[in-house]
Amino acid sequence: MGQFAALETNGQINKPIQQLLAQMIEKELVSGVMIPARQPFQHVVMQTLITDPAQLDAIDPFAPVVSTSSAKVVSSLTHRPSGRRFAVALRSCEVRAFLELVKLHQGSTDDLVLIGIDCLGRYENRDFRAAAEEDEDLALTFLKKNGADDEKLAAACRGCTRPVADVVDLRLCAIGDDPASKIHLEWVSEQGKEVFEALGLEGGDAPAGRKAAVEALVKRHGEFRDKHLGEFAERTKDIAGLAEVVAPCINCYNCRVACPVCYCKECVFVTDAMRHDGEQYLKWSQKKGNIKLPADTVFYHLTRMVHMSTLCVGCGQCSSACPNDVPVWELLSSVADRTQARFDYLPGRSLEEGQPLAVFFDGEFDDVTGQYK
Amino acid sequence: MNSEEFEPTIIAFLCNWCTFTAADLAGTSRLVYPANVRIIRMMCSGMVDPKYVLKSFLEGADGVLIGGCWPGDCHYINGNLKARRRIALVHEILERFGIEKDRLWLRWVAASEGNMFAATVKEMTDKLKELGPSVIRAQQVA
Repeated sequence: MGQFAALETNGQINKPIQQLLAQMIEKELVSGVMIPARQPFQHVVMQTLITDPAQLDAIDPFAPVVSTSSAKVVSSLTHRPSGRRFAVALRSCEVRAFLELVKLHQGSTDDLVLIGIDCLGRYENRDFRAAAEEDEDLALTFLKKNGADDEKLAAACRGCTRPVADVVDLRLCAIGDDPASKIHLEWVSEQGKEVFEALGLEGGDAPAGRKAAVEALVKRHGEFRDKHLGEFAERTKDIAGLAEVVAPCINCYNCRVACPVCYCKECVFVTDAMRHDGEQYLKWSQKKGNIKLPADTVFYHLTRMVHMSTLCVGCGQCSSACPNDVPVWELLSSVADRTQARFDYLPGRSLEEGQPLAVFFDGEFDDVTGQYK
Repeated sequence: MNSEEFEPTIIAFLCNWCTFTAADLAGTSRLVYPANVRIIRMMCSGMVDPKYVLKSFLEGADGVLIGGCWPGDCHYINGNLKARRRIALVHEILERFGIEKDRLWLRWVAASEGNMFAATVKEMTDKLKELGPSVIRAQQVA
């Protein structure tokens, strides 16, 4: 298993990471690094592909924000291979979503060094910008709380039971550390080990307290998740409940644009298949006496559940993107729990595991028809 | 509406090569089966997009029947096996929102099984009469 190297921070959490990444580029282990970095305006932190080792000053990987899921960004960077190895620093949910896109041939891990960032959650973009304006060192302040309940965290993050990315090469670890004095870099895969050793790092045991801290976090988040989603499932246990929670939906489809695993290149709901004739709407209206417009709202949400609930990583970007506070994360996660269990599938668990609707076998799911030969 | 009077509406998506032919055989054999079923001919059970099933329910169907070839007999080799996974998935989603699994049937009926087709429609109609009208029919869901 992997080994850890301590990175002394002396109150500046990004400094040792900058040094490591600069070395990675200078030693030509990678030609660049994509990592969350502060942008010049409005305290925005976004993924930035950095190739000049002198321009790593603005990196801020632990800032509690994920402006948009990076899975699709990495997909754009890798769907047609550059042939040049580069590193990407992602949160657990982003890694898992990206691996699902790789399985759909919408990305590749071939040229990548995947760096997982320990994640204690994210704020909504607006809340983050406001908080970052108040606090120059928000990432450190945030990490020091070490996952203590924070009302500003997105609901999806408060209910996230996978704060540590599994299928990665290297990990930036902060959970269980005192980030004001040190954080850790861990190698996870063979490729990660090569990079780790090429950087001249000395591998050691896991920092004391890390395991317990991760377990405590997972437990607390699991409890929140069970309670929150349990209440939600109860409220939406029939179709009227579903219709009620999606009632404010205006069919803007922001949720599927924000969704890292909504994999269709063109959503069927914006194609001509859903552009009905005026006559058709009048007929529908006449059937019941009225029809709400835009129509097909429940249909849209049910269709999304069919398309991506088995691949849902629970990142919550859907809820964050909704202009009308539809609890899309709650909706999808409570369905995903069932559909993923049915296929014994966990998105992002492994690259080798076939997606539920991409593989099929003889002699399985006989209970669907109840006919046994 | 009490359950004696209730006549369910079943939308049936039948594979051209097996179940639709079986339905044809049931007809030419003059078998009598409930008139509750509205048949739509598909080229394969694997061509039944889950959206067709969802839309049927949202438009007020009480039940949806999908008929395909027995495993191993698919005209397109494995369309029916794909259908089986999709229906397993749709069952989970519908049940999550209180729509009973018994409202969505996938059945293998071979071209020669006209009797079985008639019996399946009878069995499903009886089951749906027992379950009563679909709640979506009663509620305005868009």
